[in-house]
Amino acid sequence: MGFWVSSSISKLATRNRYHEVTMAEPTITLNVTRYRPGQDRAPTTQAYAVPYKEDWVVLDALNHIKDQIDGTLSYRWSCRMGVCGSCGMMVNGTPKLTCAAFLRDYYPGEIRVEPLINFPIIRDLVIDMSDFLDKLKSVKPWIIRKEEKPVARGEYLQTPAELEAFHQFTQCINCMLCYAACPVYGLEPKFLGPAAIALGYRYNMDSRDQGKEQRAVIGNHDGIWDCTFVGECSVVCPKDVDPAAAIQRSKVDTTKNWFQSILMPWGQR
Amino acid sequence: MTGIRPDPSKLYNRKMPATWWLQKKSYFLFMLRELSSVFIALFLLVYLYQIYQLTQGPEAYAAFTRRLSSPGWIFFNLIAFLFAVYHSVTWFQSTAVVLPVRLGERLVPRQIVTALHIGFWIVVSLGVLILFLALKD
Amino acid sequence: MTTEKTTEPLWWALFSVVGVAAENKVPIHIILVGFALPLGWITDTGALYRYGWVKVYLFVLIVLPLYHWAHRFYFALNDMGLKPMNKTLAVLCYGGAIIGTAVTAWILLKV
Repeated sequence: MGFWVSSSISKLATRNRYHEVTMAEPTITLNVTRYRPGQDRAPTTQAYAVPYKEDWVVLDALNHIKDQIDGTLSYRWSCRMGVCGSCGMMVNGTPKLTCAAFLRDYYPGEIRVEPLINFPIIRDLVIDMSDFLDKLKSVKPWIIRKEEKPVARGEYLQTPAELEAFHQFTQCINCMLCYAACPVYGLEPKFLGPAAIALGYRYNMDSRDQGKEQRAVIGNHDGIWDCTFVGECSVVCPKDVDPAAAIQRSKVDTTKNWFQSILMPWGQR
Repeated sequence: MTGIRPDPSKLYNRKMPATWWLQKKSYFLFMLRELSSVFIALFLLVYLYQIYQLTQGPEAYAAFTRRLSSPGWIFFNLIAFLFAVYHSVTWFQSTAVVLPVRLGERLVPRQIVTALHIGFWIVVSLGVLILFLALKD
Repeated sequence: MTTEKTTEPLWWALFSVVGVAAENKVPIHIILVGFALPLGWITDTGALYRYGWVKVYLFVLIVLPLYHWAHRFYFALNDMGLKPMNKTLAVLCYGGAIIGTAVTAWILLKV
């Protein structure tokens, strides 16, 4: 180890005319997708040398590029701490939140930064998320009551067990990494997708909700039934939502209901 | 802010290659898991054919059993066995995800549920083996 | 509940029940049929297959995995990019399983 350290230090060291040794800053190369709508026929890759710092994440590197090197680079970001879901991109082929991808995990290799896969590119690293938003809306991700409880009658009461039944699925930050990881969504754009189904499931499992019939889109061919349980969605999810589990449990649920409606059409839940 | 959509004519759509499952280890393992069903079905057809030989007489049955000792068949059965075991293990892992087990207030960890399934599976397999040995003649 | 008519739950239920009931017995049978018998570790006369309940067990063991295969293989082919041939694939896979069911029943009854 010492040999490599001293040899890399000697490469970085320079002597000025006073024979003082100064260290050049180590750098890391980011290969970033560029695409200018209306100008470029297809995306290209642009390489940027960015200072390498132990505690920097890819988002810091992108911000450095934008602030110091190339102001034309476009990308989404916001909280820079893994709660807003804005900065999802492909980092060396894996969907990641760039605010959670540390440079030190790739250094000294180069980092390939591409827009989230399975979504159309608007510009550079910015993708069109309209499809996801439409699908999210289609599962009606809010509490639906058959009859609203008036405020005067007090709050809804929920036991810890009832909360636990759906709690992990509330953690979704809509970052869409799961859609980028899902090969089914890549092959079939009509697939409802992991996050939308997981959020539909979250509300179906909420004891306060009475709107299961209104989320029937989940039980369609392009709902849960397109899923072949590859499981990558849960692997890449930064909040441990485990959408794959939500989808498979929805299959069990939907199948139970289907058999019930076939075998006992008179009695409905 | 409703209805503001990007101009579709300027969007760039990337195509997913048909070889997507060769590009990542987890995708490849997924495809292997799915194809395990092919080898299992093929083995069962071979087994069915062996049982069919009984209707052609005990000689035919013994002859086919001998044929299965050829290196080609042994290799096939080895591959089928590996795929069948891979299927079972991944199946139990999936079951632990789909049907979580509660012990009172707490959730039993998935690895433990999977291990229990595997244990039960081994016991049942031994049961089948014992029954076979007891009834074969 | 769905917004469209679908029989998908039926196929998925078959696929799942199979995985639970039949598929997991296959490895031990491969050991018996593929190794133990041909390599002479044990011998048998085939008398086993005349018991009624053994025939029922074998019917379940052989037929259910055919539906498991049909379902998985159909989706795997879809995932490998053959989705345009959807309807043909469905007929070949699920139809194949149904034919396999009939053939198995016929053979087991004959033994």
